[in-house]
Amino acid sequence: MSDESDTSKPAGLSRRGFLKGLGVGSVATGLLSPVSLKEALAKESGVVGPGELPVTLKINGQSRSLNLEPRVTLLDALRNRLELTGCKKVCDRGTCGACTVLVDGQPAYSCSMLALEAEGREITTIEGLGTPERMNEVQKAFVHHDAQQCGFCTPGFVVACTAFVRNHPNATLEQVRAGLGGNLCRCGTYAGMMLAVVDAAKKGGG
Amino acid sequence: MAKVDWPAPEKRSLIGKRIDRIDGPMKATGAAKYSYDINRPGMLWAKVVTSPYAHAEVTNIDTSAAEALPGVKGVWRDTEKEARYAGEIVAAVAAVTEEIAEEAARLVKVDYKPLEHQVVDTDPALSKEKPSKKDQGNVDEAFGKADKVVEGEYGIPVITHCCLESHGQVTEVRDGELYVWPSTQNVSRYSDRLGEAVGVDQNKIHVECQYMGGGFGSKFNFDKWGSIGGLLAKQTGRPVKLLLERDLELMTAGNRPSAFAKIKVGAQKDGTLMAVEAEVWGTGGMGGYGAPPIPYVFTKLPNTRLTGKGIRTNRGGQRAWRAPNHPQGCFLTMSALADTAAALNIDELEFFLKNVSLTDRPTVYAEELKIAADLIGYRKKAHPRGDPTPGPVKRGLGMSIHTWGGRGHPSECDVTINPDGSVEAKLGSQDLGSGTRTVINIVVAETLGLPLEAVKVQIGKSDYPPSGGSGGSTTVGGVSVSSRLAATAALNALLEAAGPKLGTTVDNLEAAGGEIRQSDKPENKIAWKEACALLGVNPVTKRGTNNPGESQKQHLIDDGVGGAQMADVSVDVETGIVTINEMVAVQDCGLIIDLKTAESQVYGALIMGITYALFEEAVYDTKTGRMLNADMEFYRLAGIQDVGQLKVHMMSGQGYDERGVIGLGEPPVISPGAAIANAVANAVGLRVPHLPLTPDRVIAALQKGGKLA
Repeated sequence: MSDESDTSKPAGLSRRGFLKGLGVGSVATGLLSPVSLKEALAKESGVVGPGELPVTLKINGQSRSLNLEPRVTLLDALRNRLELTGCKKVCDRGTCGACTVLVDGQPAYSCSMLALEAEGREITTIEGLGTPERMNEVQKAFVHHDAQQCGFCTPGFVVACTAFVRNHPNATLEQVRAGLGGNLCRCGTYAGMMLAVVDAAKKGGG
Repeated sequence: MAKVDWPAPEKRSLIGKRIDRIDGPMKATGAAKYSYDINRPGMLWAKVVTSPYAHAEVTNIDTSAAEALPGVKGVWRDTEKEARYAGEIVAAVAAVTEEIAEEAARLVKVDYKPLEHQVVDTDPALSKEKPSKKDQGNVDEAFGKADKVVEGEYGIPVITHCCLESHGQVTEVRDGELYVWPSTQNVSRYSDRLGEAVGVDQNKIHVECQYMGGGFGSKFNFDKWGSIGGLLAKQTGRPVKLLLERDLELMTAGNRPSAFAKIKVGAQKDGTLMAVEAEVWGTGGMGGYGAPPIPYVFTKLPNTRLTGKGIRTNRGGQRAWRAPNHPQGCFLTMSALADTAAALNIDELEFFLKNVSLTDRPTVYAEELKIAADLIGYRKKAHPRGDPTPGPVKRGLGMSIHTWGGRGHPSECDVTINPDGSVEAKLGSQDLGSGTRTVINIVVAETLGLPLEAVKVQIGKSDYPPSGGSGGSTTVGGVSVSSRLAATAALNALLEAAGPKLGTTVDNLEAAGGEIRQSDKPENKIAWKEACALLGVNPVTKRGTNNPGESQKQHLIDDGVGGAQMADVSVDVETGIVTINEMVAVQDCGLIIDLKTAESQVYGALIMGITYALFEEAVYDTKTGRMLNADMEFYRLAGIQDVGQLKVHMMSGQGYDERGVIGLGEPPVISPGAAIANAVANAVGLRVPHLPLTPDRVIAALQKGGKLA
């Protein structure tokens, strides 16, 4: 953060602070049920942190345990602690979609979710969808239709498109335009992308 | 004997074909490691502290509270005492996690004494610099003779580069050597003078960038954050990752200067242009200002006068933005010309065709305009200014033409043929997403008569042979020639070695289809691997060097291209919303190496152009001097739903290919703003004078013109 309120007021309401509050709030309303978090909450009367606590995340079918401060976002946990750097931090505000992962099969902005909130959920990252040697249909179509240039937005798009084609097996161009508005590209790769998504949808998608 | 000339069309097996980018699978699977993705053992995260004031004296920087925070390992304080714009970096911290670094940055206490600031760029009276002046022919006399003189005022605001991977780097000091993984478009010379900034021998700096997330002209040097990263790495003895947050990326890491202009055009009834006079002003922020060219493209018009006024503002400094000054000059010129055509009741296309004789390449533009007209259905859809159909949605067509240089830069490349038949090409270039790797692969494989996968392309390291920065659309020309020369020389060494075995000499041998064969007796041949084995134990490595002047004389490369674009838009005159129905781009670029990625450049440029035509503007608050939309919600980029149908036509083949390779990255981004603005004017019947064409601007223009329903 570099805006003035963040740099000059150490105790101010930063976005992370806000998210932290939200995260705990969602725990209290029963959205999450990890044992470690429950125990911590019981011990400290509904408050976790600011220190680290154990978190277990189920990512790409594997269970990954780590110690995290409650304020760590899912995106930062993936990129900074688990070396899953395919998802990118671009806007860091839930606008651009570069950080998109699947949470229980549905696309989600991992910059706007705490790692703690992801406990007990099935997380799928771009790394879980394919490898350069074994790409899924969306990835193959992205390469074939050159739906990428610098490629920085590509993993987020591929994850979003994979979910999209699963839900729209016979997607039309109009549906693609409406359904992929949650991701942004700067190089301007939408022309190839529209063809890629329609193509992948025909081939059975992700 | 292999020759360096580009192969004749019938001899090309790869050049000019539609080939998938070779790093596509790495990118599509998230396996590609961008600089932002480099995590080193023991690495620290750095965060910067910036001035909230547009202009201030920094009276004190207290880092003690930040340093006391557990996990903080290093701090940096600027010795400069003046912050010249909001967002200027004044201090930085490095800590063991990103979260602790963010918190520590908030604990740095900076005392400022605010000074007067100025961020307004729309008023020429604010210019304190000596105006630039260009005057040729007899302008006043020409206006006197003109049947019609049309005056207008137009403007295009400051926009930012908004690279998705923000600027920054990972820096590591190991055994007295400095290793940097930056996001850069200039691998070979990114670190120029970094040594003195950090206190390390310049020849002990190693730069690597395999993948980078967009540059567009803003990522040539190491920048302030590059030296801060180096100093923090030295101070802490640990690797340091420092990449800018999104707001800083927009405020400090590059922008395109604004351009506002009063333009006067004189023309005859038949559309013949007589004179153009323009007064143009704008800001490059803390950076310099050069007036964009007006008239643009129609440079053979004898009578022109241009006055340029730079306004220094307390904003981040401008940087080269894809085709510097051309989109501005193009939008201003083409808007004024379309308004002139409308005032004369001449069809816009006829007007442009009538005056292409005033450009450097009349036949190219005429041909391109006709192709664009066919592709968009101009004859069927065109109407005089103002869509006469009833109802709130008005449809219109507009056009523009543009030019660019794009001659290949100096570049060196090593090609190695190994005795086991494997081939490597190495050069200190970079792939911005334009397809540099793929182009090198195609050229080397074509030269050696091998399939693409037989060649390993290695780029992205400053330790490799030096190659130019990716600016001015010079990369494809530069690397095509250096890799062609290196591969040809290496192949000739191989042919020498294979000569005795085939009972002939190097002059009578060629490589094709994975074989070395006798040119006039193709059945006398050996397989590639067999030929390579004749090298014995020593690989052959040859260096190719592109000397742009020489290569241009040999028609390996050239410069100077032309392009034409047309836009078909709908404007809802009740809401002011502009919708792109269709855009057509017709572009020449000499010999195309990879048709697929070449077309992608043009599609991408159209979309980037739609973005600045409809959405982009760095909005500043006059009172506080701060950028109000330094994020991606209010600094909008076009989404997939905004771009309409796009058509690209490449001018290639006979008459174009013979020129050699010419760069393509920049030219097609020049015209969209002008073509779209002209289409909007054609739809609604009057000029919406300022980009971006947001609903409020459209409504205001309709209101001013008495056309609001």
